Amino acid sequence: MTNQTIKTIDRVNLTLKTRHRAEKRFRLYGMVSIAFGLLCLLFLFSNIIGKGMRGFTYHYLILSVELDASVLGITDPNDLDQILAANYSGLIKKAAYRYFQVNERKAKKKVRKLLAIDGTGYLLQNKLKQGNVSELLGTKVTILALVDDKVDYYLKRLGEPDEPGKQAFDDQQLRWIDTAKEAGDLKHKINWAFFSTGDSSHSEEAGIRGAVMGSFYLLLVTFLLSFPIGIAAAIYLEEYAPTNRWTDLIEVNINNLAAVPSIIFGLLGLAIFLSFFGFPRSTPLVGGFVLTLMTLPTIIISSRAAIKAVPPSIRQAAYGIGASKMQVTLHHVLPLAMPGMLTGTIIGLAQALGESAPLLMIGMAAFIPEVPNGVSDPATALPMQIFQWFRNADAGFNEKASAAILVLLMFLISMNILAVWARRRLERRW
Amino acid sequence: MNFSTLFTFILLGVAVVYYLCQYRSLSIAKQMGGLKHLHSLPVFYGMQAAIWCAIPCIIIFTLWTILDDSIIRQLTLQYLTEEQQRLPQGELILLLSSIENIAQGTSLQQDPQMLAIAERVNDFQRISQLALTVIVLCAVIILGSWRWMRVSAANNARNSVERTFMVSLFVCSMIAIITTIGIVFSVLFESIRFFQIIPIHEFVFGAQWSPQLSIREDQVGSSGAFGAVPLFTGTLLISAIAMLVAVPTGLMTAIYLSEYANAKLRGIVKPLLEILAGIPTVVYGFFAALTIAPMIKNSLHGFDLSLLGISLGVLDVSGESALAAGLVMGVMIIPFVSSLSDDVINAVPQSLRDGAYGLGSTQSETVKKVVFPAALPGIVGAILLAVSRAIGETMIVVMAVGTAAKLTFNPLESVTTVTVQMTTLLIGDHEFDSAKTLAAFALGLVLFILTLGLNFIALRIVKKYREQYD
Repeated sequence: MTNQTIKTIDRVNLTLKTRHRAEKRFRLYGMVSIAFGLLCLLFLFSNIIGKGMRGFTYHYLILSVELDASVLGITDPNDLDQILAANYSGLIKKAAYRYFQVNERKAKKKVRKLLAIDGTGYLLQNKLKQGNVSELLGTKVTILALVDDKVDYYLKRLGEPDEPGKQAFDDQQLRWIDTAKEAGDLKHKINWAFFSTGDSSHSEEAGIRGAVMGSFYLLLVTFLLSFPIGIAAAIYLEEYAPTNRWTDLIEVNINNLAAVPSIIFGLLGLAIFLSFFGFPRSTPLVGGFVLTLMTLPTIIISSRAAIKAVPPSIRQAAYGIGASKMQVTLHHVLPLAMPGMLTGTIIGLAQALGESAPLLMIGMAAFIPEVPNGVSDPATALPMQIFQWFRNADAGFNEKASAAILVLLMFLISMNILAVWARRRLERRW
Repeated sequence: MNFSTLFTFILLGVAVVYYLCQYRSLSIAKQMGGLKHLHSLPVFYGMQAAIWCAIPCIIIFTLWTILDDSIIRQLTLQYLTEEQQRLPQGELILLLSSIENIAQGTSLQQDPQMLAIAERVNDFQRISQLALTVIVLCAVIILGSWRWMRVSAANNARNSVERTFMVSLFVCSMIAIITTIGIVFSVLFESIRFFQIIPIHEFVFGAQWSPQLSIREDQVGSSGAFGAVPLFTGTLLISAIAMLVAVPTGLMTAIYLSEYANAKLRGIVKPLLEILAGIPTVVYGFFAALTIAPMIKNSLHGFDLSLLGISLGVLDVSGESALAAGLVMGVMIIPFVSSLSDDVINAVPQSLRDGAYGLGSTQSETVKKVVFPAALPGIVGAILLAVSRAIGETMIVVMAVGTAAKLTFNPLESVTTVTVQMTTLLIGDHEFDSAKTLAAFALGLVLFILTLGLNFIALRIVKKYREQYD
């Protein structure tokens, strides 16, 4: 009879093994998920850093150029117009032919394809503009000539299997590149011009300064508008607002706006700021307006949390010594809530810095070679510059885009570290 | 005087008024024998006067700046020849802006008539700026001296300052509502105009999307085809792939972190995963297009599918496959799902878990049979929010997915989405009346309604659920 009345403990023991196995499996799923997320992060970063570092460097050919006044077409060394319009490319071509020792037309054409002649011309022009022209003319100067972006692409990938970029050249050109490399005349160094110039239609001359300044003005406008407005709105909702339907409506609106896709804000900017008010396209001013509307919910929500964290006793003490409501808010609540508000604002601005879709809609993805000097100059922004360079079919631009991504990430990381520091350092806990 | 110097002058004037009024209230107090005889602190008298000066001036200043361009344009119109005045709207605007360019010296046109008009435009602009300067500075002086005379012991300056303060706070908080109204109006009006050209049922149910076709007037389908179904399916396909990646991973991460992990692991893993959410979408797009898409193509293209020895065909992978964009988008959304569900799981009271342990269940059984069902509404809310995120995501798809609208559910083919089409329709030229640009707004309307609906439901669910346990 005993084997018919199975005890509960036996039934438990019967399934215990499978249950424990299930338990282990479940834990494993969790660990795998976390590992997957972290691996993605690792892969993403290593991939981007690996690609991006290439964008900061470039190959240069050490070339000695004779500054021949007759080739340059400079008759009067003091005439700036002549210096600006001089025939630098002729000079560089001549020096290059001499370097590679060619004199027939076909070979000359091949040589020309190895160098970025326009970009090197600017270098030479700058040298003349800064130095004493009449002394320099007729002398030999050594310059670092920019190689063509295809050559740079090929040289950077020399060690890789199936040698990408090789098919762009014929045997003779490859031989020239090899001899120059063996002679030590090809220098691989950091391309400082990348940080000091604006966009260009040649990848070897394109720089990031225009985009960085554009992003700076964009964030400036966004900060100047969204910080005061966000804080004011948060103070109203926390300290003043009566609990009624109207306040509820405002709150629902803020929460919904926080989740509206950013591209919709771009449509708003296009229809209201550009078409209706007629603000100029592609300016940081309009971009800043749009980004302000986007970041406001973030700032309002975090500022409200910061205000909520200020204990009521502080307010009561201030009221007790006769402060008015405005004085309580401005003299006591606001300074105490400020660190939290600042943290929220920095995070909101970091989001705004990486935002692209709304800027795309208001025409900030444009080719603008000049570095902007104010909020109403046409400008592009870092994410837009990345997008522009990404869309360009030239391989050289792709490298620039990865480098620009690294710059963008650097800015974002430092902003986030600043936010964390502000929270740790300044925030008071009660 | 340009605008920024004028603005500085206004601020300077206001500051002067502030100090003068504060000083006057102090001297009144001194005559009466101490501050206690004043109704408010001297600061408030200063502030009240400053507010009275600043607000009207800034209103005049802003309105003038916004309106003067269009007024000058109207005035310029009368100098055009009759022929030019009868030009269609678009060409007229082009003409006017080229005149403005000449006036600013950025265009080198030599046509004497245009040059004369440009000269007039410059005159108008000078007059406008001069008038603005005079009016604003007069306003500061008149208002300031009026307030200065009104300073008295009985004047309840504090109350009026506090009222203004509150009203300005209220106005700032209204911006959220104004933004929503702005979005609705801008999207709605253009959409209505679009639906006047293209019937709404054709847009919602049509299966053919080719807005770029209109090259010649007499061409078949010269107005282009605006059937948005392929866009909806494309968006759905990519979002579905993204959710397939993000929901299980995010959910399991949240469960592991809140139920199993110790505080130390949590403290390391959570911020690390949050980094994924902070990376700009343009970076993800770049990554998807240049790393993941080629990777998928290289590993799957030409792969011979066979089942039980029967060949089912060779895989054909597009370089702009929906799979690449979806996978990368999924990775981006992981932290979004995990942190939202983490919050909900943590909100489940400990007593429920203790009860389950007391009945002898293992930890995973507690999670699966008690915690998860209790947290389910919140998790559903989190997933809905993530879906609306995926639908509205723009840069990843713009960079990694093509623009050809194909009606397919094959993740290895190239599809297009609502957001991609919006950007391709709006980048570049802007004639505001063509069906092409208006279509972007119609798509925007669909997107807005969809995400707003999802958010609204999700926030509702989350809120309702939270109330249960608090």
